[in-house]
Amino acid sequence: MSRDLRGFEGTGTLLRLSLRRDRIRIPIWISLLVTIVYVSSRAVADIYPTQASRLAAANAINDSSALLAMFGRIYDPTSIGAIGLVKLIAFGAAGVAVLSGLITIRHSRAEEESGRLDLIGAAVVGRKSALTAALLTSVVTSLALGFMASLALMAAELPVSGSLAFGAAWAGAGMAFAGIAAVAAQISRSSRSATGLLAGSIGVAYLLRALGDSTQRIGWLTWVTPLGWVHHIQPFASEKWWVLALLFGFSLITAGVAFALASRRDLGAGLLADMPGPEKAGTALSTPLALAWRLERTSFIAWTAAFVILGSVVGGVAGNVGEFLNTETGRQMMELLGGEKGLVNAYLAAELSFVGIFIAAYGVHVVLRLKSEESLLRAELLFSYGVTRMRWAASQIAVALVGTVVLAASAGVSAGIARSYQTRESADFIAILGGALIQLPAAWVVIGLCVVGYGLSARLANLGWSALVLFLLITEVGALLKLPHGVIDLSPFSHTPKLPGSAVSIEAVVILVVTGASLVALGLEFLSRRDIG
Amino acid sequence: MGSNGQPAPVLISGLRKTFGTTAALDGLDLEVSRGEVHGFLGPNGSGKSTAIRVLLGLLRADSGTALLLGGDPWRDAVSIHSRIAYVPDDVSLWPELTGGEVIDLLGRLRGGISRVRRNDLIERFELDPTKKGRAYSRGTRQKVALVAAFASEAELLLLDEPTAGLDPLKEQVFRDLVRAESENGRTVLLSSHILSEVEALCDRVTIIREGKTVETGSLHELRHFTRTLITAEVKSFPLGLENLSGVHDLVVEPVGAGGERIQCQVDASSLGETLSLITSVGVLSLTSQPPTLEDLFLRHYATLPNDLVESQETL
Repeated sequence: MSRDLRGFEGTGTLLRLSLRRDRIRIPIWISLLVTIVYVSSRAVADIYPTQASRLAAANAINDSSALLAMFGRIYDPTSIGAIGLVKLIAFGAAGVAVLSGLITIRHSRAEEESGRLDLIGAAVVGRKSALTAALLTSVVTSLALGFMASLALMAAELPVSGSLAFGAAWAGAGMAFAGIAAVAAQISRSSRSATGLLAGSIGVAYLLRALGDSTQRIGWLTWVTPLGWVHHIQPFASEKWWVLALLFGFSLITAGVAFALASRRDLGAGLLADMPGPEKAGTALSTPLALAWRLERTSFIAWTAAFVILGSVVGGVAGNVGEFLNTETGRQMMELLGGEKGLVNAYLAAELSFVGIFIAAYGVHVVLRLKSEESLLRAELLFSYGVTRMRWAASQIAVALVGTVVLAASAGVSAGIARSYQTRESADFIAILGGALIQLPAAWVVIGLCVVGYGLSARLANLGWSALVLFLLITEVGALLKLPHGVIDLSPFSHTPKLPGSAVSIEAVVILVVTGASLVALGLEFLSRRDIG
Repeated sequence: MGSNGQPAPVLISGLRKTFGTTAALDGLDLEVSRGEVHGFLGPNGSGKSTAIRVLLGLLRADSGTALLLGGDPWRDAVSIHSRIAYVPDDVSLWPELTGGEVIDLLGRLRGGISRVRRNDLIERFELDPTKKGRAYSRGTRQKVALVAAFASEAELLLLDEPTAGLDPLKEQVFRDLVRAESENGRTVLLSSHILSEVEALCDRVTIIREGKTVETGSLHELRHFTRTLITAEVKSFPLGLENLSGVHDLVVEPVGAGGERIQCQVDASSLGETLSLITSVGVLSLTSQPPTLEDLFLRHYATLPNDLVESQETL
């Protein structure tokens, strides 16, 4: 027995410490997600009162590549649960993945980076205990969330087996991404870059599922991603319980990889050894803007590469969209949308709206460096050398804003090239690039809110993430929940013109740009008035 | 006011700053004259760092006045910052940048540094400028900040416990540099826990407690206010010693054949009277220990009730 425990001493104490530290954060997340599940499942009976209306809605989704990409297939068009929760299975599971992954990083790499793990490592604590406790915190959270979600679904009078399958799918997604986050935490040297890796892998996992679901020819792609497995469990259709084994197995394997990586490195180090750097600074490194760019450079290159790939895939797949619409409802819908051209445009507009969300996430990620620079006291070192707060913050925000432009353009150009290569029409290139760039103003509003939060206080900077999640829910799920227009209009993404294919409202774009700029200015004004540190 | 009519580089009076319900600064007074090395002492959480952060314009004081190089630290932050250098107590460097890059960047932000001076300092502190920030230990990060600060040749150096992570050899380099700065007419405010360092470097010290100034002056003056420990062996006990008002904690014990050993704490004001009384009875041996800074320091804090000490520690 004691042999088995070697390396894991003190895990229980550390787990209690993590749960104690997150005693407010975790319940808030769980309540929020469970409430959304409950409200969605209650609402569906009102929205689709008859069997026929449910059938029509389900077929509309299953026949539209764009909607399939966004939410995934409905396996049983007659099931009220399957229709009511289609938007929450994969999409919600991605949210669970974010929660679970962030918890893992927060209690592993972030602790290590802060030096607190040195303190703990000196006590009677095994070498593997900290990572184990971090993973267990995520597992406990995922299981609690899955269980609560199942209860909520049953409370909404949905079938028991479907409710349990849905909860288990969410819990499985949480555990799978806890494993991915644990690996990311070993590879990266900072919790910041570990979070970036986590976000990237969730994005890739969602994209693979979206591509597989929207294009039958590459349908196998949904079997290579945890977020696809979540769908293949088919809650409220014909529940396939064995698929859960894939999620649990994946989570065990990734956790095993993380432990293997951890045993090969020193505390505080990453996997790559540090190479000596330049003895003196290059001549360009002499302004806060140059510093901001230098700090973001590496991750920006990775983001750009990801956006180029994303764009080429989106543009390349567009040609296949019309192929499989041989059902009657499918053809009707095609007519309604203006033929195959209209259908492709709707698909492209839906995919490009993901670009809007991703660039907003990038912008928030970059702006949040202000917060960590302040809390690590690097900002005040710069201030004492004559940099104003305004210039310092504006430099970082400028990198965020210009970064979003370059990323949107990268996705737009690569998607445009991929599409116009197939159609031999340069007009397609322009239309798609426009569709990518039109996403910018809404993303800037989110960045503006993040700056306002940070300007008020460093702790409120996470307003950026909260706003992004909230806007995403409002725009994507709001219509389904029949939220009032006033609420749906709160999200800047609701005002982004659907390009290509519809008319551009100059007015909406101007309002978004002015709102974003005003929020940034307001945030900087707040920052100039508050205490630092 | 400084001796030459220019305003004192640091002039704080009645400064207050509250965080929530906790008063971090509660009427602080501090004056640092031009060209002096001024020690700034106080236990953890007594408000030293808060005061320095107000001087840097990072925090806005609730009331009272603070003048830094004659300007308002909040309003005139930028013009002041071009004339000061600061070393924080817990230096954090950008993990992606090498030490050399950080030193150059900080120097350029101020408007350029002397290459010769920079390289000389790097050599004296035995700093490897090619290592990345994440690979440095605490002491090495401090060396980077110290090189950047000393290379800047600023008028005023604000040093917040700058040597906590340095080894004794680098500590000596630091002391030499501070002395040289002072000889060149520059002003240094040195917040420190290392009393021997303050004793070795500082012309004047200010001791604060709970955000208030409790003692300020030259070390010489401060000693004057405190007690000297006297130990003497005498042939017979000097009658009347026990009645002198400036004599405290008197201990008398017999030694050898008829002699007495006496030990007592004596106020500076009664020192002459006490010594003449003791010598009048025939002295066999006499030692007197002047008060150390540590005695001064402990005298101000030892009287704190325990719960107060604890509540300060947690600030």
